[in-house]
Amino acid sequence: MIIAEGKPIAEVAELIKDAKKVLMVGCGGCVTVCLAGGEKETGILASALRMLRQQQDNPLETVEVTLTRQCDPEYVEMLDKYVTDDIDCIVSLACGVGVQFLAERYPKWVVPALNTKFAGGTVKHGQWEERCGLCGECILYRTGGICPIIRCSKSILNGPCGGSQNGKCEVSPETDCAWQLIYDRMQALGKLDMLLEIQPVKDWSKARDGGPRRVVREDVMIS
Amino acid sequence: MSEPKTESKLERLLNEGRFVVTGEIGPPKHAGGDGIKHHVELLKNHVDAMNLTDNQTAIVRLSSIAAAAHVLAAGGEPVIQMTVRDRNRIALQSDLLGAYSLGVRNVLCLSGDHQSFGNHPTAKNVYDIDSIQLVQTVKGLRDEKKFLCGEEIKEHEPRFFIGAVANPFGDPFAYRVLRLEKKVNAGADFIQTQAIFDMDRFEKFMAMVRERGLHKRVKILAGVMPLKSVGAARYMQKSVSGMIVPDPIIDRMKGAGDPKAEGVEICVEQIKHLQTIEGVAGVHIMAVMWEDIIPTIVEKAGLYPRPK
Repeated sequence: MIIAEGKPIAEVAELIKDAKKVLMVGCGGCVTVCLAGGEKETGILASALRMLRQQQDNPLETVEVTLTRQCDPEYVEMLDKYVTDDIDCIVSLACGVGVQFLAERYPKWVVPALNTKFAGGTVKHGQWEERCGLCGECILYRTGGICPIIRCSKSILNGPCGGSQNGKCEVSPETDCAWQLIYDRMQALGKLDMLLEIQPVKDWSKARDGGPRRVVREDVMIS
Repeated sequence: MSEPKTESKLERLLNEGRFVVTGEIGPPKHAGGDGIKHHVELLKNHVDAMNLTDNQTAIVRLSSIAAAAHVLAAGGEPVIQMTVRDRNRIALQSDLLGAYSLGVRNVLCLSGDHQSFGNHPTAKNVYDIDSIQLVQTVKGLRDEKKFLCGEEIKEHEPRFFIGAVANPFGDPFAYRVLRLEKKVNAGADFIQTQAIFDMDRFEKFMAMVRERGLHKRVKILAGVMPLKSVGAARYMQKSVSGMIVPDPIIDRMKGAGDPKAEGVEICVEQIKHLQTIEGVAGVHIMAVMWEDIIPTIVEKAGLYPRPK
């Protein structure tokens, strides 16, 4: 899923300081699962912002709605009836995709309440970790199911570099060396010989490149 | 003696079977070239070639290629270090063409220290290709006369003597020799190792190298680093990634009346020992911020005068 994290309340407050009435939109997708932008977090942020503005003698009115997903127009449309003329600003608690889908649909000032971090998963309750670099051309079959693109701090395809020591990355003792993990796993699977093959240079045109990437599935298109 | 692939003096001396000595100059954090010229004058009769580091520890410095131009002008043989941290495949190949046009004949390909260690930790790193792929690229430019994309170089292909690094002190230890083999397969002509303090581990590494016959396929220059003080030794032990400094070395530095002289003494002993290890073709002396000491070390190690 997409992992996101709330911006500091003061930062969000600054982003909406000129607004009197804001529409706060939560998202029921990934950011609900990672406890950053679901219905509950939307309510908490709204009340925190109202209290802050109360203290400043500049009351804020909030309307709170949580959509099933903000990355799908069919759900975003459901917001139409809440986007009234008196709404000065829309605060999205979705990932960056949701923020943009709202901005594309409504001629209102839309601001993000979260920082979108990465594609990852839950490693324990309250801790999420990056797993996929979204590079557009998966090579996990060559590296024992461990991604060097995102888990190696240098995205080395023929690692490990000289900075790997005691299983850790040179960048931080908290970070496992991805190539140590790959080595251990390939050894356990009896596939160490595969690591002797020189991995070719990567085609980064499949990754972030040349504007937004697109996936088109004509077979599922309606009309 | 094998047919020379390049005009590199370093290649020629290694091919002649000489025990070579290379040194290292760290370019300055300013735009003045005089310091480099001074070091070249100091070193050029005592080392066969000198590395110019490429923004080492991710700190912005005068570029290694520009530094190499100063080395050439002062009559030295440069080895440009080239990391894949800051440049993509377009910039790397462009700089290789440029460096060769200036007269540079040796390149050392490496990953580079992560930017988080340097003075611009918020920089975006590149890592478009990795160090092994860079070795392959330099070889392709030379032997196939082709750019990485496959396009032919019609004339004046850059013919570099290709270096890579090996760190016998990194982990997983068992894989270090296999990774060296990958670098040799990719096209490395010579290897410079991380600074050696743990001689036992290096001996084990070299035994594995010989077992796979790699010493016959690539020239291995063993890295040494003179220690200036016990503080420097402790720093290397604790804070520099991919280094192992055994306690007896720390103790020797601690007990020394003149730590600098002791550091030189340890380094000279190491060089003499390295000369006895089968498969070691030379030494690479990394005297960080202490380039002036290199001539003394070379003389004390009995490696002076150098061959022409």
